[in-house]
Parts: sequence; C-alpha cells; structure tokens
Amino acid sequence: MCLSVPGKILSIKGDDPLTRSAKVSFGGTVKDINLAYVPEAKIDDYVIVHVGFALNTIDSEEAEKVFKEIEQIQIMEKKAYEEDIS
Amino acid sequence: MKFIDEYRDAESANAFAREIRRITTKPWTIMEICGGQTHAIVKYGIDELLPKKIRLVHGPGCPVCVTPLESLDRAIQLASRDDVIFCSFGDMLRVPGTSKDLLSVKADGGDVRIVYSPLDALEIAKKNSNKKVVFLAVGFETTAPANAMAAYLAKEQNIKNFSLLVSHVLVPPAMEVILASPNNQVQGFLAAGHVCTVMGYKEYEPIAEKYKIPIIVTGFEPLDILQGLYMCIKQLEEGKKNVENQYSRVVLLDGNPVAKDIIKKVFCTVMRKWRGIGEIPNSGYSLNKDYESFDAEKIFDLQDIVVEEPSECISGLVLQGVKEPSECSAFGKLCTPEHPLGALMVSTEGACAAYYRYKGHGKEDNSMDE
Repeated sequence: MCLSVPGKILSIKGDDPLTRSAKVSFGGTVKDINLAYVPEAKIDDYVIVHVGFALNTIDSEEAEKVFKEIEQIQIMEKKAYEEDIS
Repeated sequence: MKFIDEYRDAESANAFAREIRRITTKPWTIMEICGGQTHAIVKYGIDELLPKKIRLVHGPGCPVCVTPLESLDRAIQLASRDDVIFCSFGDMLRVPGTSKDLLSVKADGGDVRIVYSPLDALEIAKKNSNKKVVFLAVGFETTAPANAMAAYLAKEQNIKNFSLLVSHVLVPPAMEVILASPNNQVQGFLAAGHVCTVMGYKEYEPIAEKYKIPIIVTGFEPLDILQGLYMCIKQLEEGKKNVENQYSRVVLLDGNPVAKDIIKKVFCTVMRKWRGIGEIPNSGYSLNKDYESFDAEKIFDLQDIVVEEPSECISGLVLQGVKEPSECSAFGKLCTPEHPLGALMVSTEGACAAYYRYKGHGKEDNSMDE
C-alpha cells in the first residue's frame, strides 16, 4: 500500500498552499495530484506520488549515485579479471 | 519511465549480486519491512540472486495484512448501513472480516466505493449531503499525510457528513517488537523508503544503537533493494550497526516537515492491535480531540467486537520473520488467493500471496551457490 510512483509535473494550478495541484504524467497517464507537501515543486520536476499526494521531489543528482557505484564495481571486476589472466 | 526503467536493468542488478557474493563470508538474516519490497523481491527473483548464506525474511509492512479483524468488522458494519456511503482504497475490499468482506457488502447492495485518494471521498461527501460518507483510513506513515489532509480540509471547509474510520499503524514500534522477541532472528533491516520519505530516519538511530543492528533506508526497485542489501551485508561483515540511507533521491534525514506538521495537527499516537501480532503500545494513529467530530468510531454506535483468527493461519509468525509461508499447513491448500484464510494471502504485498503467485504453491530453493 505504500506504493508510490514517480511522475513528471506538466502544469500547476492554484496558489492555496493546501489545495495547490498539478497535472502529473506517469509515463503518459495524467492525474491531478495535490502539491501541499511539496511547496517547492515546479513544472518539469519529478515527484514521488502516493494516493493523490506528492510526498517529495526526486533529487536527480542523488538518483545517479547508484549507477556510479555499479560503474565502480564493474571497473574493479575488470581489473581483478585482468590481474587474474596476466 | 524515468526513475523506474533504469532501476530494473538486469546487468546492473547482476553486478550488485556478484559484489554481494564476493563480500559475504557468514550467514545473515535480513528483514525487509515493507510489503512493496517483499513483492519486488519475490517478483524479480532478487532472493534467488543472493548467496545461500543470506536469508531474507519478510516484515509486517503491509497495512492491508495487519489491519485487525475488529477494524474490518467495524468497516463492514458501517458499509452495511443505508445512510452511509463507505469509501476505501481498493485493496481493502477483499480482506476477509469475521463473516464476510466489503466486496460482498457491495454485492448485497451496500454503497461501497473504491477511491484513489482520501480527497476523492471528501468530494463524494460534498456531493451527497443527504448521506454520511465514511473513509476507511488505513496505512503506515506513508499514507498518514493524505488521510490527515482529508480530515484537516473537512474541518476547514466545515463538511459535516464526512468521517474517517482510522486504523493507522507505525513502523518503528513493530520493529522493536520483532527485535525484543526471544525468537528474533533478524540481524539487519531494510527500512521502508516511502515511510521515511514522510518521517525521515532519525527515529531509527536509537533502535540501531539499542539492538546493535544495521538499518538501511531502502527504495523499491530491484537495484534499490540490491544496493540496500549490499550496504546491510557490508555493515554486518564489518561489525557495524549504523542507519544508512540508500534511497537518497527521495528520502531526507528529517523527512517532509510540512507533512509531519499536518499529521501532528490531526492525529495522536495510540495503542494499536496488529493482525497476527497483537497489541503494540504507541504503534498507531487516531484522530486527536480537535478532530473527534470526524471520527467514525465516535460518531456511530459501533459494537465492540473481539474476534479470533482462524487457528490454522500462521500469519503472525510470518510477519515477525520467524516462519516462511510454505511452513504453514494451510498454504496453497486451505488458503489460496481465491479463498484466503489470513490477510497475508489477500494482499499482493502479503508474503503468502507473493510466494503463491511467483514461487508456485511452495517455496523452491533456487538460490545460487556461493
């Protein structure tokens, strides 16, 4: 039930902090999402959405970290392999 | 889809799995808290990529599974009334109460409606002023900001025919029950990423320290779970016991302050009964005094019922990581997703339903040799 899905903000409506909402696209499916909990969110941001509410914006810099770690693992493995065969 | 597809890449997943095999020297038992993580682990076969020394046990983080029978029976009582429109998230409709479920109330003519968001239930109340609209507010900390906002807006907008039947649960007290049990086998936790999106992860630090156990805040995609496991196993192998955040693209140390503020305004912490586990002090939210007039338990005259679970069902032991679904004599025989005995077989996030669906009728041991 804690399933939350990332989506992209297409447009924003309203300026009341409790009911400000956005059209958010989830891979093409568009839904109205409440933005009360992400006052900083703006158009083109990705947000993580749960039962109609954006819970946070997604930090794209932090999102890259896992791929950098995988790259490190692969470099290390290649090095170990080359040492092995030499 | 961005932020989903790249986290399901098989080659990257295998790189993590190889690294986990390289660093694992001892047997470790790790529990993922959240039912969404359980579902992903079994669906993508993540457990089968791990060395045999690593045992994953599945935690109590499935609100559908731990909502007590009494709450379901109260929901069924309310939904059966002629003057009530009863609104619920879809996944609660098939959970068996003592004698029936919400879906059969609907089939018998009850006005039971599935909503995507609690705000949809609030809209239904605005459009049906001659009816009492009740929303079944279940969930963990992840869902609390949404449900709290429905109550907050109902009060702000003076919507008097709207109420909530609240059965909210909280993760950290349940972790402590598991860790304090003499049967505990859990040596490391993957904490639930979306719960921490709301609450942050400071509250896990005293637990990690007291029980000398690593806790990794972890996301829900295969790469998130593998990285979370890698971080947890690395700590275990090095004798560390820290709280770390794998899911940093979404989770901040302090969580979401605006959401926490609304939760505090609307809810108070209470003793809560968990299906299969029993009563846990300070493990749930109820509406506080300021919101009593939106509390369905206070508005309606509900019978106080105490009921027992079917004796064959071992959900409680599975939820605490002591037994596996396939160790239950009813699993796949008396208890199936079509005819569930206990809630772990109903919800797709329940460990029993995930094992039944993705591992056939019994757990097969396909894990790779080291």
